Amino acid sequence: MTTPNANSADHAIDVSGLTCGYDGNVLLDRIDFSVARGEIFFICGGSGCGKSTLLRHMIGLQLPMAGSVSYFGENFTDADTARQRLLLQTFGVLYQGGALWSSLTLRENVELPLVEFTTLTPSERDEIVGYKLAQVGLAGFENHYPAEISGGMKKRAGLARALALDPAVVFFDEPSAGLDPITSRNLDELIVDLSAKLGTTCVIVSHELDSIFGIGHRVILLDKQARGIIADGDPRVLAAESPDPRVREFLHRGKRPS
Amino acid sequence: MPAETTRLPPGADAQVHARGDHWEVRLSGRWRITAERPSWPRLIDGLAPPPAGVRLVMADDIRWDSALLLFICDIRQWCAARKLPCDQSALPLSVVDLMEQLARVQEKPRPAHRSENFLTTVGLATGDALRKGREISAFVGECVLSVIHLAKNPHRFRWGDCLEEMQKCGAMALPIVGLISLLVGLIMAYQSAVLMRQFGADIYVADAVGLVMVREMGAMMTAIILAGRTGAAFAATLGNMKANEEIDALSTLGIRPVDFLVIPRLLALGLMMPLLALYANGLGILGGMAVALGLLDIPPTAYWVETQTAIDLSDVATGLIKASTFGVLVGLAGCHRGLRAERSAAGVGKAATSAVVMGLLLIIVFDAIFSVVFNVLGL
Repeated sequence: MTTPNANSADHAIDVSGLTCGYDGNVLLDRIDFSVARGEIFFICGGSGCGKSTLLRHMIGLQLPMAGSVSYFGENFTDADTARQRLLLQTFGVLYQGGALWSSLTLRENVELPLVEFTTLTPSERDEIVGYKLAQVGLAGFENHYPAEISGGMKKRAGLARALALDPAVVFFDEPSAGLDPITSRNLDELIVDLSAKLGTTCVIVSHELDSIFGIGHRVILLDKQARGIIADGDPRVLAAESPDPRVREFLHRGKRPS
Repeated sequence: MPAETTRLPPGADAQVHARGDHWEVRLSGRWRITAERPSWPRLIDGLAPPPAGVRLVMADDIRWDSALLLFICDIRQWCAARKLPCDQSALPLSVVDLMEQLARVQEKPRPAHRSENFLTTVGLATGDALRKGREISAFVGECVLSVIHLAKNPHRFRWGDCLEEMQKCGAMALPIVGLISLLVGLIMAYQSAVLMRQFGADIYVADAVGLVMVREMGAMMTAIILAGRTGAAFAATLGNMKANEEIDALSTLGIRPVDFLVIPRLLALGLMMPLLALYANGLGILGGMAVALGLLDIPPTAYWVETQTAIDLSDVATGLIKASTFGVLVGLAGCHRGLRAERSAAGVGKAATSAVVMGLLLIIVFDAIFSVVFNVLGL
């Protein structure tokens, strides 16, 4: 697997000087990183280090205490609400539990972004919905309600919805949590496909080492004490060569480096 | 030479033997955290402390859990307080290890319990009230912006959801609203009948019931029923959606949750509430009519004619204006509490409770405001 050049000018995401936290408690202090186009980028770290908080800040669910996030060179944090809403359409988010709208069927869930933001005819929408659901292995479940399907299926349907508008960036919040090994592997393959075929940038919050080493191009490791990033790079290289024992310990499944 | 022996019922057992200048504490039996365990102070009650300390010994067939550790901990603390040595060398390694862990926990300062003094509580409550006030104003502002936005782009409005909510909060509430208003009419007629008959003014029961029902009770009772029925349902639904990240999913798609979830619900309540109030008025008057016929022998036709002379269109209109406002208030309370709910099961429960409380409070406050305003306007 080749690692895309992280130093190239066309970054999908630029995070600069981002300070985030809750109620005045700073969790992450002035962190900087960027994600290249088409990169499979992992954010990982121990519990409570601010992984999910960072994600919530990147997708605009929480306002940063300082700093900014830019997408494709355009500042998202400081944009006005209308512009932000437009930018939001360029990315999809797969939430931890799928976050399907429970009063709508799977078809309506995937269709809603298309209804809201495209001028497609109903039959065209239907085709896309069928295609997206088939892509995640849920063909034939169009008329099921979220309550009628299993947790893994909800997650996959959530992914179909996240991909409905063919986003340039997809965020995944702990995608393999609660999935069986096979479904989880299929999901990994889907992510690789997205990145390789469509050039979609994938930002994944996870501490699933199998996925990180299997499909990750780059990983950043957050640390609670350091309140920031303690490692940034190719996971395989970091695991072998990082001078920081914390990084090697994390990437070796908690085994203390000898 | 077993000097002192204290025995407890079967189970945990500890015996103190004086051995020269020290004590040997022998632990045996079955130690369970859920069962009773020996008490160290009672065991050594009346004994003079040994000069050379305590030595702990365990029987081979002992079964133990944390109960034993707590007991040993008591002994160690007792020894430490008297500066006596406590010899644990005869204990198995596993017990010593766990004892060390327990000792480490005890050394660490534990976080203080979250209790505050009176002044702090008052301060926090004031801050909380201010924050809530700000939140509500912000929410109302957001709703107004949303209404303007939707008025400009009517195709964005979720008409289907609105109709569904109308059915849920309107049509499906008919039985309960009907029953309660009929009974309210009945009760009012009874109460006024007793009074009016003393003055031979039986027929004025129709005026009393009609006016009170149309101007006040129709709207008020309907609003109270819907605060409990629909306001709580809104809060629970939206709270659950929030806990399930469904609201976040809307936001990150660029859809305003207020446009999508709140405005259809507010409109549904604002439209259905006056209709329900009208229906409540009718049934209240019917209840009064039944009492008048049964108790006062007033024929329904006479009752109806008297009612018509008592109420005019402005009375009905004031009632309907109130009803519509109450509907929006109940909806606002429900949606606001739901969207601000904590992301947990308990949070959803709290949201439903506070939605009902806030709904009722708003209804009464606005009813009082309306009374003053209508009085000034001469309506």
